[in-house]
Amino acid sequence: MSKIDLNNISHSYNPNVPNPVYALNPFSMTWENGKRYAILGPSGCGKTTMLNIVSGLVRPSAGSILFDDKDVTDLKTESRNIAQVFQFPVIYNTMTVYENLAFPLKCRGFSKDKIDERVKSVADTLSLQSFLNSPARKLTADQKQLISLGRGLVREDVAAVLMDEPLTVIDPDLKFRLRRKLKEINEEFKTTLVYVTHDQNEAMTFADNIIVMSEGEVVQAGTPKELFERPNTTFVGYFIGSPAMNLFETEVNSNNEVKINDTVIKISTDLSTIKQKKLKLGIRSEFIEIAKDQKENLITATVEKVEDLGNYKLLTAKIGELVIKSKIKREIEVSSEKVELHIPHDKCCIYENERLI
Amino acid sequence: MMNLVAENLSYKPDEQFHLNEVSFNFKKGNIYTILGRTLSGKTTLLKTIAGLLTPDSGAMRFEDKDFLKVPVWERNIAMVYQQFINYPHLNVFENVAFPLKQRKVDDKEISDVVLNSLKSVGLEGYENRKIQELSGGQQQRVSLARSLVKNAKILLLDEPLVNLDYKLREQLREEFKNIFSQGLSEESIVIFSTTDPREAMELNGEVIVLDEGKVLQVGPAKEIFENPKTLKVAEISNDPPMNILQANMDSNKIKFEGIEVDVPNHLNNVKDKNFNLGIRASNIELSDNGFEFEVELAEISGSETLLHLKRGNAKIITSIEEVMNFNIHDKVKLNFNIDKVYAFNEEGILASSPFGGSYV
Repeated sequence: MSKIDLNNISHSYNPNVPNPVYALNPFSMTWENGKRYAILGPSGCGKTTMLNIVSGLVRPSAGSILFDDKDVTDLKTESRNIAQVFQFPVIYNTMTVYENLAFPLKCRGFSKDKIDERVKSVADTLSLQSFLNSPARKLTADQKQLISLGRGLVREDVAAVLMDEPLTVIDPDLKFRLRRKLKEINEEFKTTLVYVTHDQNEAMTFADNIIVMSEGEVVQAGTPKELFERPNTTFVGYFIGSPAMNLFETEVNSNNEVKINDTVIKISTDLSTIKQKKLKLGIRSEFIEIAKDQKENLITATVEKVEDLGNYKLLTAKIGELVIKSKIKREIEVSSEKVELHIPHDKCCIYENERLI
Repeated sequence: MMNLVAENLSYKPDEQFHLNEVSFNFKKGNIYTILGRTLSGKTTLLKTIAGLLTPDSGAMRFEDKDFLKVPVWERNIAMVYQQFINYPHLNVFENVAFPLKQRKVDDKEISDVVLNSLKSVGLEGYENRKIQELSGGQQQRVSLARSLVKNAKILLLDEPLVNLDYKLREQLREEFKNIFSQGLSEESIVIFSTTDPREAMELNGEVIVLDEGKVLQVGPAKEIFENPKTLKVAEISNDPPMNILQANMDSNKIKFEGIEVDVPNHLNNVKDKNFNLGIRASNIELSDNGFEFEVELAEISGSETLLHLKRGNAKIITSIEEVMNFNIHDKVKLNFNIDKVYAFNEEGILASSPFGGSYV
């Protein structure tokens, strides 16, 4: 269990040409001991490159990586004391499930008793007890993936467990159980877990902290709640949450007001140092309500449609040409063509050149 | 009779029924949603309509013909599958043009129809792209565009959004709906299968709830949602599934897991002392003076936090319409919106719904 520091790491797969293309732009970050991290982004965003740098499969073009303050940048994967789980099962076909799980411990010369204790404990956690003596090759794809996971978790002394889309082949019900298991294992053993995924729901459910990547850049690192409420960029506002964050072109009206078309909206962001006159305002549809007794930050919109989605209604309305979406309670009837919507000032995010102020 | 009508279709290739006495009456100009879980028989049903499967028994008629006797190639059906099926060696234009080329339509008309169809699925300007250069969502749009140019009388869509990530799903769901509501003629029938109750609500057509090859309920999406006939339907037509708790009732209290609440008016007529209490995740709220539950997992889905909770033997899910942080074993307090509960009798049949429905 280690703290991991990534200092000014960057990577180009072809660094010796003029103006190299970076698979990973320079970034620094600390991963604390015993926490759960998810690296999230669309394919090609650099997330696997980042994981491979941590595991030692890729040496970064620049920067250093420290495990508990010890520089491991030049150490090979096998010297880094990490466990890895990949997208598809990697198992020893000729061995039993027990032998598969015991393998990482056996290689490191643990005693028979210790091995037995750990294998049984991991098998218990992953509900593999009844298969321990079966040949691994006889198991189904998702059971095999459980063995891969189990091998990743069987050693207690690893610096971190690195997982690259580990639940892709697992069926949905089991997925739910495993997400919970992984969280429990993390809480019980304080294992540092790093999890790569392209699935927002999976990342948000699993991690304490999410690193959102786009086009080789770390665009935001934060808790699920932070990503949802204060997206650093308009991309994160779009990428996290469903529906995507509402975004409007606005004009600065004063140090704490912007104008959407002709309506003045009070905001909590201080604009006194901002030179640009055109900014974007972002707000989640969950935070917009049909006005009841609020006095300010009201905006009139023309109802386009109200969809009854069962658990809530999704109101789509227009302010001039701007589209605004609001989640409203199912019981609320929207009858008129015009609605007055309340925009809470403390939930507004203001973006200059797509970046949060 | 111009409708697509099926009577008692059954198909049992192994020990289990894939279709069990399925009957329906589909009218032109309408959208039908087959809602059911994985392996409920949705794909089998669509394949039977397409003519890719012959049922063991039953009858199907369309436009006054014995449809089961009409061979696949004469059925005038278009189908979009879960997997994005396209011709890899052809570009986007050629993929969409393929069915028209086969029918020897003249080039000028092909060009017009294809470009129009690509426009309707949001792929204007992609004509010359290779299929491999497209994202999953774009590939699925190509499949849809190809199925639209056929101008088929029956359009079958078999979970077309299931293999897309949720951002694309969100986008395509809306586009599909627009295409169906504008682009389809009064002459065609659209049949869309899904596991996702939200898609069924959003498409807002007639819903057929299918489970283990059997039709459990048929009705408008809203009606199925508000008045599910059985526990099973309540489970299938809600995401997360409706919470079901074993409860009992005396003159003025409902009791479950050491919780006591007043009997709401709409349950006054329920005769059973012991019954299944159904309550949606969205009708349970966090509340400081509520009943205590323990967090098993906080799952985040889109912008919702789904809290999986337990109290004694009872396991429930509540949903919160924003992203919140919880740890496993956290204690939370809940308030049940009792005016929104359902009662199902011990056989699992709806006894009372907040929307007035009852099947006992």
